[in-house]
Amino acid sequence: MDEMNETQLVDTSGPGDRLERDVPRRGEDAEVGDHQRAIESQDIILRTEGITKSFGALIVLRGIDIYLKRGEVLGLVGDNGSGKSTFVKILCGFHRQDEGRIFVEGQEVAFHSVKDARRHGIETVYQDLALVPALTVYQNLFLNREITRFGHLRWLSNKKMRQMARKYLDDINVQVSSVDALIESMSGGQRQAVALARATHQESKILLLDEPLAAMGAKESALVIDLVKDLSHNRGVSMLIIDHNYQHLFELCDRLNVLQEGHITLDLRVEDTTMEDVTALMVAEYRRRITLGEEELRV
Amino acid sequence: MRRVSDVFFIRPESTIVVVCVALIAYFSWRNSAFYSYTNIITMAQYTAPIAVIGAGEVLLLDLAEIDLSAGQVYLTAPWIVVLLGQHGVALGWGIALALLISSLIGAFSGSIVVWLKVPSFVATLGVNYVLAGYVLVVSSDITTDMRGTTGEFGAVMGISNWAEGLWGLGIVLVIWALLKGTVFGLHTTATGGNELGAAEAGVRTRQVKIWCFIIIAFISALIGIVDSIRIGSLDPAAPGLNEMLAGVTAAVIGGTALTGGKATVVGTLIGAVVLGVLEDGFNLIGISANWFILVEGAVILLAMAVNVQLGRVTAKTMRR
Repeated sequence: MDEMNETQLVDTSGPGDRLERDVPRRGEDAEVGDHQRAIESQDIILRTEGITKSFGALIVLRGIDIYLKRGEVLGLVGDNGSGKSTFVKILCGFHRQDEGRIFVEGQEVAFHSVKDARRHGIETVYQDLALVPALTVYQNLFLNREITRFGHLRWLSNKKMRQMARKYLDDINVQVSSVDALIESMSGGQRQAVALARATHQESKILLLDEPLAAMGAKESALVIDLVKDLSHNRGVSMLIIDHNYQHLFELCDRLNVLQEGHITLDLRVEDTTMEDVTALMVAEYRRRITLGEEELRV
Repeated sequence: MRRVSDVFFIRPESTIVVVCVALIAYFSWRNSAFYSYTNIITMAQYTAPIAVIGAGEVLLLDLAEIDLSAGQVYLTAPWIVVLLGQHGVALGWGIALALLISSLIGAFSGSIVVWLKVPSFVATLGVNYVLAGYVLVVSSDITTDMRGTTGEFGAVMGISNWAEGLWGLGIVLVIWALLKGTVFGLHTTATGGNELGAAEAGVRTRQVKIWCFIIIAFISALIGIVDSIRIGSLDPAAPGLNEMLAGVTAAVIGGTALTGGKATVVGTLIGAVVLGVLEDGFNLIGISANWFILVEGAVILLAMAVNVQLGRVTAKTMRR
């Protein structure tokens, strides 16, 4: 698939026309072979098979197959409403899939809650950050995994949590004025850094990031991008990132999957493609769908 | 000097502390009977129910919810004790059962809010009127004596001068510890501050909400029973909404935000003391009770205006 894309992408015709003609989509022979080889690899830490999800009459996911290698950063792109966030929420145990299977390190798993996913080393940084503005940095870092004493009283061990939060933030070079600072007093970049720190400070193996750089300025984005790179390169954390900004994705990711109409339609290695090509691929796909839609209407 | 100003910016209850001290000084200056032993007991008895209902409302306000039925639960629980007595249930068991039934009423309100998605304002208003109607029906709108009790049990449950004040203080301290020191309190603030975010972090936000409704019903019923044992009679026409509003007022002037995620039980206690001091002080210096309501409204407006402005300054200062 990768070789094939490389060959096609040097074609001199218009990108949209070219891709409509030539690019094999997920499910076609060439890619199936490559995908099959990948999922049989021992390096796969997370894999899904045929994940479907509907909300009432609305079918959001129609059978998602993805794989994520150890230490790999996989970007998931798609239009608004394509089901990216829903897919991430299934992987982290917030939603349950209607059908399909999830494998972590080769073992099939069933997530009934966010805690279930955490037990398998999956952590998430959501689009809305899931931070509580009225709580402090250390309270957010330990939310729902608090260090407690006095048994069933579940009395908070604030001193211990403060110490651990300070140490961990220093370890991953996240600068905050104090672990007692309220989240509401922090900038967007600092908040995102805290959210990332929260997701990784419990030895997580897989990090799911839902638009980690949304609505951030260049300086704040740089802070988060550096942190993501550090977590991936130096700590071996595998990541799945949703982002609409291709520049960010190309800077962070090893591989891109395109999610359209509830299916993964393309699987590309970042080193084998360019931003212009991915844009063209997306546009071509939408043109194809519009054409198909018009044909269906005529029929 | 800088530290003093910082305290005012960061601690939302600071304003009400100053108001409280000023009021105590003023009424003490106007009438020396204000700080007499008997008057302090009277103020403690008046303040206790407001402080307890207010502390319960703090839990709900922290969740960005409200329980309008808390005052009516406070008035209904003693009626349950009386009715159970008419069926031969011993006083101790009657109190225990009344507390259990009140807790179930709280669970019912919470369930309506959480599972049927009815706004708490509406759900608890409905529960309030159901309870008020129930009391009128079972009492035939006739004032009744509370069941008599003597000995140590009676003293502890309200007959002793300090019983109600101590019950009030004890319950408020428990709520303060629950909110500030425990995982439950942290999850309550998290749910109120960002419900979706807290749920995404794995906090069981629905359970947290239902438990808060149970807790406020339980403590309102408890202080209601203590209060009625002290007074000795039950008035079926007493408006529960007034008690509830006094509790919410104490919470709000104490620095608790109506928008959730910011709550102070200590501020609520001081807010309740302010209301007690105002009511008692006006009586002592011979000002009409009608003025009390007017001044109470003015105090709410003033305290809220000051707290909102201090909150803005704090946010700006912290961002810098």
